[in-house]
Amino acid sequence: MLQRTPLYATHVASGGRMVEFAGHQLPVQYPSGPTAEHQAVRSAAGLFDIDHMGQFELAGPDAERCLLHLQVWDVTQMAEGDAHYSLLCYADGTVVDDIFLYKLPGRWLIVVNAANRAKDWAWIESHLAGHAVTLTDRSDELAMLALQGPQAATILQKLTHQPLAQIPQRSALTLELGGVKAIAGRTGYTGEDGFELYVPAEQVVEFWQLLLESGQTEGLLACGLAARDSLRFEAGMPLYGHELSPQITPLEARLGWTISWQLPFIGRDALLKTKLEKPQRLLVGLEMVDKAVPREQYAVAADGQIVGQVTSGMKSPTLGKFLAMAYVPAQYSALGTVLDVIVRDQPKQAVVVKRPFYRRSAP
Amino acid sequence: MADYKLDRSVRYAKSHEWVRVEEGIATVGVSDFAQDALSDVVYVDLPEVGSTLSAGKQAATVESVKAAEEVNAPVSGVVIEVNPVLTDKPEQINEEPYAAWFFKVRPTDRLADELAALFSPDDYAAFVAGLG
Repeated sequence: MLQRTPLYATHVASGGRMVEFAGHQLPVQYPSGPTAEHQAVRSAAGLFDIDHMGQFELAGPDAERCLLHLQVWDVTQMAEGDAHYSLLCYADGTVVDDIFLYKLPGRWLIVVNAANRAKDWAWIESHLAGHAVTLTDRSDELAMLALQGPQAATILQKLTHQPLAQIPQRSALTLELGGVKAIAGRTGYTGEDGFELYVPAEQVVEFWQLLLESGQTEGLLACGLAARDSLRFEAGMPLYGHELSPQITPLEARLGWTISWQLPFIGRDALLKTKLEKPQRLLVGLEMVDKAVPREQYAVAADGQIVGQVTSGMKSPTLGKFLAMAYVPAQYSALGTVLDVIVRDQPKQAVVVKRPFYRRSAP
Repeated sequence: MADYKLDRSVRYAKSHEWVRVEEGIATVGVSDFAQDALSDVVYVDLPEVGSTLSAGKQAATVESVKAAEEVNAPVSGVVIEVNPVLTDKPEQINEEPYAAWFFKVRPTDRLADELAALFSPDDYAAFVAGLG
């Protein structure tokens, strides 16, 4: 059964093209089109309905201790209001999900991918025995939006007297925005400055309109899933089901920086072994030398032999280049290595390049 | 359902290509419905000049932000020209689908029959309306 977010009717009324994504009906684009939406986020701002994502609340005296076991980031280093990216790993070191953690007053918020919501819930719950904690699913009562782009702070500031400069990158504040009680985390999935906003589900329709009106002069556009994907792709961020899966370790995905090796997290022993032996395959960035669109699941070849696979690929709207992320054996992962992407049975030359493909200039 | 532009000087294939025959030369592109369904076009793979195309068979590939789609030849013939503008500005397909031609062919003596098998503009409009 496909789920609809509270904004479903709003999306349809404004010409959103609805598609199925992770069991939800969401707009893949609005009439302005994915390229225009992408550019709006890079140059002004974009607004996304990301209510398909799940939010679990973990509270109780053992919550922090529990998290040291459940996920890979050192949460003891997080102050109240801090937010951080992390991973849940299986005992064999592969990835259950990538998550975002918020340390809120007296509780933790764990933000998970829509496609993994049920799986993550079951997995987390199965590791809570013996801990004085409560796990609560807030996904239905909290609506989640993303306001992203260089003008995001200017747009949001119009809705509150509280100076948003108080919210540094990767931290969160509970505040009133246009009369709506919200949690605003200064983070996102686009490579731009911006906010992920949590508001009561019953107020999200009016809040969405409020944000769109507030951003009218700045050129704020409502954005769909296609722009969300191309933005995160350029910014080098993994998407679960593409760059991450139960067959992939964080070391292969080059997410070793998230791991606090001194902590007793699930999967540590397996990952430590991989770390010492070096991963045999690695995620790389590819730039097409021959003109062709590299797409997910296309084969990657070296010297006429298939050695890997594209996980995400497209024509980068910002850079105008044909780019891909792919897994290849470690010996083909050095920058400058020449490989082929097989496009409709034809080998098309590509070269290993640095990720992220796009990095915003310092403000 | 959106209102699609219709060019009255062309005939349409069921697979959403259009063909315009002028002075014995057939020019081929994709319909407004096709470009809208594709979403933003990012690349086209055009046939080689001199290659022989068969009606209803793949002649080119159009790649959008969504997917790669086949473009079929609505009529048979030999390719005499491809549109160089599309290589640099594939977005023209979204902006002006009836100006953004893909290739031109010198048709065969089967042209009249092949054209007769295609939709008239009104029949194509009815066909597209039925897809909604």
